[in-house]
Amino acid sequence: MNRIAHSPHAHAPISISKVMVTVMVALIPATLFGFWLYGWPSINLWAVSLIASIGGEALVVSWQGRTVRPVLMDGSGILTAWLLALSLPPFAPWWIAVLGSLFAVVICKQVFGGLGQNVFNPAMAARVMLLISFPLEMTTWISPVPLGSAHAPSLMESLRITFQSHPIDGMASASLLGHVKTEFTRGIGLDQSLVGYYAPWHSLAGDRAGSLGETAAVLLLLGGLYLIARRIITWHAPVAMLLGVAIPALLFNLINSNHYAGPLYHLLSGGVMLGAFFIVTDPVTSPNTTAGQLIFGFGCGLLTWIIRTWGGYPEGVAFAVMLMNAATPIIDYYVKPRIYGRDRKGVALPVGKES
Amino acid sequence: MKLFKLRGGVHPESRKELAADRAIRVLPMPEYLYVPLLQHVGAPAQPNVNVGDKVLKGQLIGASQGVISAPVHAPTSGHIVAVGDYPAAHPSGLTAPTITIKADGEDRWLDTEAVSDPFVLSPDQISARVAAAGIVGLGGATFPSAVKLNLSRKNNVHTLIINGGECEPYITCDDRLMRERAAEIVEGVRLIRYAVGAEVVMVGIEDNKPAALAAMTLAAKNTEVKVIAVPAMYPMGWDKQMIKALTGREVPADGRTADIGVLVHNVATAFAVRDAVRFGRPLVSRLVTVSGGSVIEPANLEVPIGTLVENLFQFCGGFRNKPARMVLGGPMMGIQLASAAVPIVKGSSGVLALTDSEIGNVQPSPCIRCSSCVRACPVGLLPLDMAAHIRAGDSSAAVTLGLKDCVACGCCSFVCPSHIPLVHYFNFAKGELMEQERVKLKQESTKKLAEMRNERIARIERERVEAAAKRKAAREARERAAKEAAAKVVTETA
Ligand code: SF4
Ligand code: SF4
Repeated sequence: MNRIAHSPHAHAPISISKVMVTVMVALIPATLFGFWLYGWPSINLWAVSLIASIGGEALVVSWQGRTVRPVLMDGSGILTAWLLALSLPPFAPWWIAVLGSLFAVVICKQVFGGLGQNVFNPAMAARVMLLISFPLEMTTWISPVPLGSAHAPSLMESLRITFQSHPIDGMASASLLGHVKTEFTRGIGLDQSLVGYYAPWHSLAGDRAGSLGETAAVLLLLGGLYLIARRIITWHAPVAMLLGVAIPALLFNLINSNHYAGPLYHLLSGGVMLGAFFIVTDPVTSPNTTAGQLIFGFGCGLLTWIIRTWGGYPEGVAFAVMLMNAATPIIDYYVKPRIYGRDRKGVALPVGKES
Repeated sequence: MKLFKLRGGVHPESRKELAADRAIRVLPMPEYLYVPLLQHVGAPAQPNVNVGDKVLKGQLIGASQGVISAPVHAPTSGHIVAVGDYPAAHPSGLTAPTITIKADGEDRWLDTEAVSDPFVLSPDQISARVAAAGIVGLGGATFPSAVKLNLSRKNNVHTLIINGGECEPYITCDDRLMRERAAEIVEGVRLIRYAVGAEVVMVGIEDNKPAALAAMTLAAKNTEVKVIAVPAMYPMGWDKQMIKALTGREVPADGRTADIGVLVHNVATAFAVRDAVRFGRPLVSRLVTVSGGSVIEPANLEVPIGTLVENLFQFCGGFRNKPARMVLGGPMMGIQLASAAVPIVKGSSGVLALTDSEIGNVQPSPCIRCSSCVRACPVGLLPLDMAAHIRAGDSSAAVTLGLKDCVACGCCSFVCPSHIPLVHYFNFAKGELMEQERVKLKQESTKKLAEMRNERIARIERERVEAAAKRKAAREARERAAKEAAAKVVTETA
């Protein structure tokens, strides 16, 4: 019998893989900039992450007896690995990337039931797992060594760094957030700890230690704006997250500027830009409604700031996102759109003659 | 004028350019016309002709039945060759009661009663003429127009909105009508306004039809009719959306537009009203857009009701390639046609022959919870959650989420990057609910019948017992009397 086709008989020119590819395109400038800044080891790490994710996903899916091709073709696993790679220390050893990628796509995604079923953002969950399990490797940052500069490792050296955990002598450095936190515990206030270490312009140019994604904050911002322009994401969650970081930072900075860093410092450091435009906009693990997304984004920002300011870790984006992921079903339960002809509670508007 | 903000909606590629610049042409009268008796919301018309009867164009062939119904008329002169079932425009090719007419080629009108100044008629007379003409909502809703007029007058409607939205892609028949027959539409609008006594009259036209806007504005000059440009978006032509855009008010759920003092009619309906009131002519033809990537020469045609869809395609030069899908109506809400041998009815605004790439059919993948569907839904529903519940076999949970408010506009399916057939799920669940309600009703009536039967049995039993008791009492009385009489005899003899 002729299968009955239901309306609509037209479709927007969009598909999951198109969405994922567009997001990857938005990541390219920041990624390339990171590659240039940190040279071959960062490229190795990125490649290892992607390969591990593709291989791991293919294996699990075929074990489950499902067709591998469509799962890989949707591009979501690759994107997850890419985002994870951007949040790793660029000189981290290969197995960090492999473990992280496998954890993200296998444990966080496929075990939960595949695309669309996971509760936690896979990239952030993997980062948290790595940070807790391998604190040393996950906090060994280096100062940028742009390709072509004197200290830049050659391709051969880079292979040793990535695959043999070759010690990185003389280049280790603390990330900005880590530095401030350490200095702070030593009783040194911001007025001194930031001297010679931080100028907003440096953050913009990426001229300091950090993950690939951290150093290219501005390019990530541009990538995010591109996604908004292409209607892949909406502005709500990103702006809410930036405000969630900036508002408390501003207030506390006004109260005690030696104790609390200002909004610009917070916005341009760590994973805030990556988080705001590429993580809290993850469709699967964020709320469904615009209002819900505002709450979610703001919560992510606020928690990030709280963890950075009072928590034990210098950076809090991943933790904050996971906490808010857990709250997403609750947000979705309570925040629903108002239905046409009904009030917020779903009761029909009065059938009065005139109001 | 200030327009009000709307929720959701999508911007499908309009593809109206295929037919928009093609002037209205009259389709040559086909040899056979198949006029279904149910072309409207409500009870089907009752045939009042027999096989072999000769009919004139405009002659009543099916009379209105009940409160919500509409009559049907012969679209041309000829004679009746069949009264019975014929395949209807339905995705699975179901049949429906239909009157078949063989045209005699003369196309001779019945003598109709024209009036030189329709504004001397009373509102009641106007409504009666609209009812007699069998006019129904030509935008696709096909609700009997006269019923709406009467309802509006009863509810003291103050605002008349004429819907020139035509937001479905491809469809351009209202656009052409407004460009070519603006003065007639405006007269129809003024007649409707007069009939219901509305104070404000607004014609909302999407701003992607500048020529129609200009023609209508010109025709409405120096009248009480205000022509307003509304932003082009789908579903602007959904009457409740148009009301919201123009008045800022929402029709209460479970309510009618009249509840907030608004009456909405489509531009083509207004045109038909003018024909009916001024010339006494019933609705026997309508404008249909023939379009789609497979059609050689898209067109806007004036088509007699009952013409087979295949005649329209033939007239347009046939197909350039085998269409992947034929659709009656627009691509967003139209229905798939299993065959082109089904008749055009009063509510058919277009017939499309679409190619594969136009349909954009792709295998569905899992929901990524991207909430595109939530943003797109003009009603404010959560399509992804409703579909998930329905897939899990829990339609009642979908109802709690508002399934019954879903208007099947298709915005959610249209934007879903996973190509999930959301509307399909909703239609399925709605069908299931209807079935459940039907079963419940049936159970209730069975229960009632059983109760009545029990009651009847009980009553018979009661009556039997009572009768027996009565008989017994009578017998005893008789015996007592006999005894007493005997005793009397005894005493007397003693
Ligand atoms: S648009 Fe499709 S994929 Fe996105 S949330 Fe809705 S149903 Fe899921
Ligand atoms: S079809 Fe129903 S659920 Fe989907 S957008 Fe339209 S009204 Fe909303």
